[in-house]
Amino acid sequence: MWNSVGNRQDRGDFIYIPSTIPPQGGSGLKLMEARSRELLSRNGIEVPEGKEISQPEDLHDIAKDVVVKAQVPVGGRGKAGGIRFAKDLVEARALAADILKMEIGGFRVRSVLVVEKLDIARELYLSITVDREAGMPILMASADGGMEIESVRDERIFRDHINPLVGLQAYQLKNMQSVLGLEKALGQKVAGTAAKLYDAFKKEDAELLEINPLVVTASGALVAGDAKAIIDDDSLFRHPEYKDTEQDVTPLEKEAREKGISFVQLDGDIGVIANGAGLTMATLDALALTGGRGGTFLDLGGTDDPEKVKEAFRILKKAHPKVILMNIFGGITRCDTVAQGVHEVVKTEGAGAPVVARIKGWYEEKAREILKDAGMVTASTMEEAARIATKLAGGG
Amino acid sequence: MSIIVDRQTRVMVHGITGHQGTQHTRAMNEYGTRVVAGVTPGKAGTTVEGVPVFNSVADAIARLPAESRPNTSIIFVPAPYAKDSAYEAMAGGVRTVVIITEHIPVQDAMQLMAFADYKKAVVVGPNTPGVISPGEKAKVGIMPAAVFRPGRIGVISRSGTLTYEVVNSLSEAGIGQSSCIGLGGDPVVGTSFVEALDMFSADRETDAIVMVGEIGGSAEEAAAEHILSAHISKPVFAYIAGRTAPPGKRMGHAGAIVMRGRGTAESKVKALSAAGVTVARVPSEIPRLLKETRM
Repeated sequence: MWNSVGNRQDRGDFIYIPSTIPPQGGSGLKLMEARSRELLSRNGIEVPEGKEISQPEDLHDIAKDVVVKAQVPVGGRGKAGGIRFAKDLVEARALAADILKMEIGGFRVRSVLVVEKLDIARELYLSITVDREAGMPILMASADGGMEIESVRDERIFRDHINPLVGLQAYQLKNMQSVLGLEKALGQKVAGTAAKLYDAFKKEDAELLEINPLVVTASGALVAGDAKAIIDDDSLFRHPEYKDTEQDVTPLEKEAREKGISFVQLDGDIGVIANGAGLTMATLDALALTGGRGGTFLDLGGTDDPEKVKEAFRILKKAHPKVILMNIFGGITRCDTVAQGVHEVVKTEGAGAPVVARIKGWYEEKAREILKDAGMVTASTMEEAARIATKLAGGG
Repeated sequence: MSIIVDRQTRVMVHGITGHQGTQHTRAMNEYGTRVVAGVTPGKAGTTVEGVPVFNSVADAIARLPAESRPNTSIIFVPAPYAKDSAYEAMAGGVRTVVIITEHIPVQDAMQLMAFADYKKAVVVGPNTPGVISPGEKAKVGIMPAAVFRPGRIGVISRSGTLTYEVVNSLSEAGIGQSSCIGLGGDPVVGTSFVEALDMFSADRETDAIVMVGEIGGSAEEAAAEHILSAHISKPVFAYIAGRTAPPGKRMGHAGAIVMRGRGTAESKVKALSAAGVTVARVPSEIPRLLKETRM
């Protein structure tokens, strides 16, 4: 098994579910709490009073007890001491100053969110996300909100798909109210919030909008106690405002992303480069079967552009692998042009590590000659290449 | 026989004048597919690779004689306009739409799948290499024709290159394919494993089915349940990529509540094995497993 590096191991208030690595069809832009909260607020959903600040002096009048929360694109803030409570302005400023000096999960805290501490009477749950198997948004709600939501029994969670051409209908909200079993006035308020949440989901091109807890305050108001939002990164052409969203990626992953290369750093010592996400994963799996440990997931995609191949190798080198394992299946992509790009970068800049290459498909003989000429070890199958790479790395 | 595309397929290429559109129109023509029309607004009256270009689907249908009217669309237009092209094709009466375009926003994909349900159209993709039926000399997609051989195995895959890898290993072992369908790599796609299994199950020229899946989503688990409940009797083989991949990070609880433990390679392999599917450890194992089973 290979695990990914650094803060990916950090759990905190994030919940891990498996996805394609990296997820295909866009990885989704996770908004930090302050921006998620802003999103809800501008779509008419009530949020606690508060503001985001980047220096303690920006904090002025606070009326009551507040929570000071670090804004970082990773989970585990609470455990790291990035969420603290203050009684007055002086204390809040001091805490903000402390937290602003912190680094959490490899990310410097650039801002803190200071919000009123809610007087909580009850915690509910409300979310809309994409149910990929149904191909529709799914509305979920529960009267048992809070951190234990995942262990709430199925019958206590209302869930219904929303046909995107029909929209969220009144009967669905009535059904939701009956499952939640709240008193009528509160049930209607929750229904109103759900309707606003669906409008926001569409308008913002969200993949997830989650309010947990949806707080019922002692005075009976309904307020989003916390907010999580993921925006579809394939929708950026119509949402330029989300382009600069800071993401939970390593500096090298960020660099790769900016160059349009699909890349994930892992904790092994064999740099894996292949074309296509499925083939790259299959190569990592084949490597693991021989006892080797993948250090990178680098999907070259459908390109044979020598410049892009060179960029990919430069990224790979920066991950300092002991061995590089390259697996190319040339279908539409010509093997020899990919090989040419690799040859050039290795000849001029060096690969930094021995390269084991398996290249198969269109113009494969020519490609193999080019790679051999560049001093690489060539293999005829994925398994053979994996075995050689593992051996060279001293494992297996 | 075959599934989705065959000798009766008449293709309309949306975005035919673009680089990809032109290149793959040529490749589809060379393979023997009947490409009857292209659509690019403002380019009516021209031809691409001998194929007449029209401004709109409505124009193409009005101007072409009945015997060469398109019944299948392939979409290459850029992501921001792809949904509109798919709507236009389906509104024009096209019943099979193959969407090659990648990076289509998921909300657009969900809307066009709902419209496809309403129109009773079959959508393949988005972000798919397409569908090919080697024995029928029909290819509606971008896959490299050279790796496919006519035969009696149905292939269903979520990947691109990995599909070619698997198919190539089948072909090299002398095992040909009836049809091969790429489901597409996006979170929301049209045709799923379940529907493709039904199609291959009903196809008299398919003897066995190979599924190429990967981690993420629960399409493979759904397929496993379907194999049992629909009594799919043809042998099914599978390979799942990503067995050793680290878990992806998701924010919030909604994903976990929807998934309830499904989505991992482990969950997929377990579900498929329980449904009687033979699961290969590496892609190159598939031809051998097929040969052993088929005697």
